[in-house]
Amino acid sequence: MPELTSLADAWGLAPAVLAVVGFGVGLGTVFAAVDHVVVTGRPARGAVEPVRGALRWLVQQRRTTAAPDRLLWRIGVVAVPVLAVLSLAVVPIGGRTLLSTSADLVWFNAMETLLWAAVWLIGWGPNAVPALVGGYRFLAQGLAYELPLMLALITAGLAASSLRTTDILAAQADLWFVVTMPVAFAVFLVCATAFAFWGPFAAPAGADIAGGVLSELSGVHRLLVEAGRAVFLGATAAMAVTLFLGGEAGPWLPGPVWYLLKIAVVVVALVGVGRRVPVLRPDRFVEVAWMVLVPAMLVQALVVGLLVLAGAYR
Amino acid sequence: MGLVLTDGAVVAVVVLGVVAVIAGIAVFVVDSMARATFALLASFLAVAGVFLVLDLTYLAVVTALMMTIEMAIMVVFMIMFMMNPAGLMPMTMVHNARGSAAVGAAVFAVITVAVWTVDWPPRAGTPPEDSTRQLGEAIMGSDMLVMIVIGVGLFATMVAGTVLATHRGRYDRFGADLDASRPDDPVRGGMPR
Repeated sequence: MPELTSLADAWGLAPAVLAVVGFGVGLGTVFAAVDHVVVTGRPARGAVEPVRGALRWLVQQRRTTAAPDRLLWRIGVVAVPVLAVLSLAVVPIGGRTLLSTSADLVWFNAMETLLWAAVWLIGWGPNAVPALVGGYRFLAQGLAYELPLMLALITAGLAASSLRTTDILAAQADLWFVVTMPVAFAVFLVCATAFAFWGPFAAPAGADIAGGVLSELSGVHRLLVEAGRAVFLGATAAMAVTLFLGGEAGPWLPGPVWYLLKIAVVVVALVGVGRRVPVLRPDRFVEVAWMVLVPAMLVQALVVGLLVLAGAYR
Repeated sequence: MGLVLTDGAVVAVVVLGVVAVIAGIAVFVVDSMARATFALLASFLAVAGVFLVLDLTYLAVVTALMMTIEMAIMVVFMIMFMMNPAGLMPMTMVHNARGSAAVGAAVFAVITVAVWTVDWPPRAGTPPEDSTRQLGEAIMGSDMLVMIVIGVGLFATMVAGTVLATHRGRYDRFGADLDASRPDDPVRGGMPR
């Protein structure tokens, strides 16, 4: 296999980091715009709304609460966008990743698990009841989505016999993984929506607890967390395309165009479906996750394992 | 000799090591459940950083992953078992201060003496091309029995902890003869039953 260098080696560290941050912000903006269009049904407003909202939060006066735990609160707020961008470090851009490690999938997974800590801290920090309830709801939700998500990631790695995302792309040259692992693809998207606590999994920030973890955030802090969630959701779409939809593979058009096109399709599908499903209570989702998603993923992993032994991915 | 590190890497290892120790001390200095938990997490993340510098990527990310989830699960277990479940009251991680200080100092002394006096063997062979693969082969090969035993032990502990914490068992849910077709739950779950 030809040794692909990482983006950092190819372009230098600073330009590569800038490129990944720019890509992440772009993905997040697209996700927020599509989300707004689907919710309001007004395409013209949707395109500018993410920018308008960001500017509004930038100039908004910050409010605080009585006796907050400022240090932990700020760590949580800053961690969300930072982790979102770090998760993109192992998502290929132009066929290369910012970091090329032998454990890319675990890296992506680790960035997402650090979100457990970050979201709980955002709930804990303000010393307010709705926020704390939201933080604990997120932990309950985490117990539900984490194992199916890990199994979905590892199934893609199993088929490629590698945890490196560029190897997974190379392994899909003949057949996109979504064909042999549709369950893993669907579970990955469901669980990714859950860790970004968006759409049907927005209970940690639910209206019934006055916005939950988001309730006491204002100004720049609110912007950072909302942007982090949007970037995470965009990064998820890019990762889903990488792991299951063959990345840049496709006829006629150049690779990057296919890549962006596929990401756009995944984002539109995710928002289109996600916004039409009511919010799920975390305790109910836990039962569904453990009774349905985990067994389904185990069967999916078994099928892929048998296909690997039969030489289907060579 | 062992792994050859650049000067930058040596500085990074030293700095991360100091951060790990300071964060570890902070666990016993702060008076809040949240701060103690996250000081401990910060300590583990610094160790993960050391692994990353040593080019053991898999160990680094898996340490970050496991320790973060562990802290979160610990919070869940705290809700299950403690009288101060949300961690809202000031608390301390130090109990029996004198005894624990004596034990800590003694263990530190033993380990330090051991580190400097043991005649460490020289490295045989070279670092592997891909430490992740080597680790995977060890876990799924020669060390598999150890991993399975640890896995079963951890699983038994978790089940036992959950059993101790729950106040409604299967006899409450399915009746004394376990013959109810639908569980009698105060709140219905996500499955249609």
